[in-house]
Amino acid sequence: MAVEIMKEKYRSQVREVVLGATKDEGGTRSTTIKVGGESTLPFLHFEGAVPNRPVVAMEVWDVFPEEWPQNLKDAFGDVLNDPAAWAKKCVDEFGADLIALRFKGADPDVNDASAEDCIAVLKNVLEAVGVPLIVYGCGKLEKDNAIIGPIGEAAEGENLLLGVAEQENYKSVASAAMAYKHSVIAQSPIDINIAKQLNILISEMSTPLLDRIVIDPTIAALGYGIEYSYSIMERARFGALNGDRMLGMPMIGNVGHEVWSKKETFIPVDEEPGWGDQAERSLAWESVTAMALLQAGMNILVMRHPQAVKLIKQNIDELMQDNSY
Amino acid sequence: MGLSGLEIFKQLPKTNCKECGYPTCLAFAMALANGKASLDACPDVTEEAKEALSSASAPPIKMVKVGTGDRVIEMGDETEIFRHDKRFNHPTAVTVEVKDTDDLEARLAVINDLIFERVGQEYTVDMIALVNASGDAGKFKAAAETVKEKTEKNVVLVSEDAGAMEVALDVLADRKPLVYAANKDNFEKMTELAKSKECPLVVKGDDLNSLAELVDKIVALGYKELVLDPGSRETSKVLADLTQIRRLAVRKKFRTFGYQTIAFTSKDDPQEDLMQAGVYLSKYASIVVLKTDKKEHLLPLFSWRANLFTDPQKPAQVQPGLHPIGDADENSPVYCTTNFSLSFYLVEGEVSSTRIPSYILSVDTKGTSVLTAYADNRYTAESIAAAIKSTGLEDKVKNKNIVIPGLVAVLKGALEDESGWDVTVGPREASGITKFAKEKFA
Ligand code: B12
Ligand code: SF4
Repeated sequence: MAVEIMKEKYRSQVREVVLGATKDEGGTRSTTIKVGGESTLPFLHFEGAVPNRPVVAMEVWDVFPEEWPQNLKDAFGDVLNDPAAWAKKCVDEFGADLIALRFKGADPDVNDASAEDCIAVLKNVLEAVGVPLIVYGCGKLEKDNAIIGPIGEAAEGENLLLGVAEQENYKSVASAAMAYKHSVIAQSPIDINIAKQLNILISEMSTPLLDRIVIDPTIAALGYGIEYSYSIMERARFGALNGDRMLGMPMIGNVGHEVWSKKETFIPVDEEPGWGDQAERSLAWESVTAMALLQAGMNILVMRHPQAVKLIKQNIDELMQDNSY
Repeated sequence: MGLSGLEIFKQLPKTNCKECGYPTCLAFAMALANGKASLDACPDVTEEAKEALSSASAPPIKMVKVGTGDRVIEMGDETEIFRHDKRFNHPTAVTVEVKDTDDLEARLAVINDLIFERVGQEYTVDMIALVNASGDAGKFKAAAETVKEKTEKNVVLVSEDAGAMEVALDVLADRKPLVYAANKDNFEKMTELAKSKECPLVVKGDDLNSLAELVDKIVALGYKELVLDPGSRETSKVLADLTQIRRLAVRKKFRTFGYQTIAFTSKDDPQEDLMQAGVYLSKYASIVVLKTDKKEHLLPLFSWRANLFTDPQKPAQVQPGLHPIGDADENSPVYCTTNFSLSFYLVEGEVSSTRIPSYILSVDTKGTSVLTAYADNRYTAESIAAAIKSTGLEDKVKNKNIVIPGLVAVLKGALEDESGWDVTVGPREASGITKFAKEKFA
């Protein structure tokens, strides 16, 4: 008896977004990356196209990441003081598809690094690696608004993915993207309506930007509310496939950032004997968080531990294998 | 459930005799379709119609149980494709594989000891899958005896050799293990075994088509306590097969696939094993059999399961109010959090481990986290001050000092004004509380 395979017919597909720009395209990247474009739910190749595999960005900071657990720091050896060397190692040794450069040092409570300081680091990293870059500020609105313009200008034409535009604060990032040919991360607090609204606001500034938006639906770590993100992402993707143009963007998640502050990543086994080995547990916390988000439709995972990156890349390899009937 | 009024109407006597209390058979059929009436109300409905209607209105995925007594595990009975539509009913049974060639006593001792506690919940491994890796019936039987003696866990017996299954099942039948597996060659014998011992049976196909064929044959033999294994082992293929089975059962009411599913990982590396198990757990496997028995791998898997199977409509909450930890008295520190059970238990765990008797004030935020409630105006200087009043905290402690989460440090001034209490800003993560308390209160 032949089972009648059930294939959903969706009305639409996720937009395809290109990150980075090669020399011909006005940048200096040796490769560009395409994300999105799928016309089905995650990895259901049997009913639709998944033209681009999800990608993994590894985080690089402009300052030494003092607060990271020791085993995470150890995984990088001695490059953590040098963003360029750090980025190079992520790409050459750990297989990062992109680099997510975080300007932690710009935080007034850290080094209060100026836009010029940030630009110098950015240039070094751009020179050290050929992959596209994601750029995050320090997370403090005022400061980030002040540095994002100059950073965007300094890297004109590179098609960086600039973070983050929010509903109450999107203009400086969107303007920088518009003026200097970059893409934008549009972040909404686990709320589909806000995600849509924000995309509308950004597109009102510039319609072509619609094809350069990546949604950050806001994620939480495994065990810390991740199920809310999972469901919001599933709903957003479902909306995208059913023709909601303002939800049809690829999605990005700050996995490492959420995971590595959580107790499960640093508490030693002698304090929680029931939780098992800390080093192994911590990276499993990151890889399982990423695994779950992939199943909800994440396109860009921003991660930290090289071994977790390796595991998720392998998971992606396996999931990208055709499963047509 | 699932049947339209018209489909039901076709099965009714169509005499409009009104015995059922409805003016017409059609009206009665509509009421049935909406779950407002029961078929018993019609005295004239035929046995055939009853049979047809009750099987058609059965849940799309049959519930199957493994084990007995208070160890019984219920699986299946799912009605959804997406978690956001309605809660998934039965958490995937996490099952660890052991072999009859292993040092079984040692492995069972390890598995028996796996108890995880996290945020007020306790998890243990649900089942072990005993694999007849030796290929020898005698060894399998001996292993079953060891299992019987050394663990109370539920069991999946894994052998496609009906002879080996028979001897092992003899040992463990009382425990109602899951019999794995009936395939196209052995299904008659396996079905007979499972049926005679009243144990659930896995049907293993080579693909979805052969699986469907085999299920129908076994059902024709009169057995329906079934679990499905489409036979695939590559991550992507398993994902597709499990998705198809779930969709066809739920959306198409395809009875042949109206059973729960089992998925086996295929990796030797424990970290990869965990990733694969995670995918199957996310996408519809009722049972996941994996190899690793390490706490550091299982804890994340159990945590993901706990997250995935929560009710999307209502967050888990604790009773708002004052919770004493240890022998709290008038000199005890007071920590303030929300009544989202996750926030509460994270804080409670840390406060307990300070070993300093304390109070936790849980403000009613309708089960939302600190920042969510803050953003939604439920965790504010006013609501905290009101909770201090309504719980009578002022009469219970002398020092009038309250610790608030670091994430809402901005509330300090307003809360001091509003309550007249001293407000101490605590760490941002609950995990910082032990160190904080040592410095502050020890
Ligand atoms: C899941 C989630 C939701 C869920 C709700 C989950 C729930 N039950 O609360 C939903 C989807 C419903 C939601 C909704 C909203 N959310 Co929300 N949400 C999150 C998310 C992703 C995780 C929150 C979580 O569960 N954390 C885990 C719990 C355990 O954390 P916690 O309570 O803070 O506890 C920790 C610490 O605070 C500490 N702690 C707790 N108590 C105490 C006590 C003491 C004394 C101490 C020392 C420490 C301590 O210990 C815990 C662990 O370390 C966060 C972003 C993120 N990644 O964190 C956003 C977030 C909290 N949400 C946010 C917002 C804005 C909203 C909305 C207002 C958005 C909207 N739609 O308008 C709504 C409002 C609510 C509503 N109207 O229903 C913002 C808040 C921004 C801000 N800084 O104010 C966040 C930060 C996202 C963002 N970056 O924009 N949200
Ligand atoms: S009792 Fe039965 S036959 Fe009579 S009206 Fe109701 S449904 Fe029809």
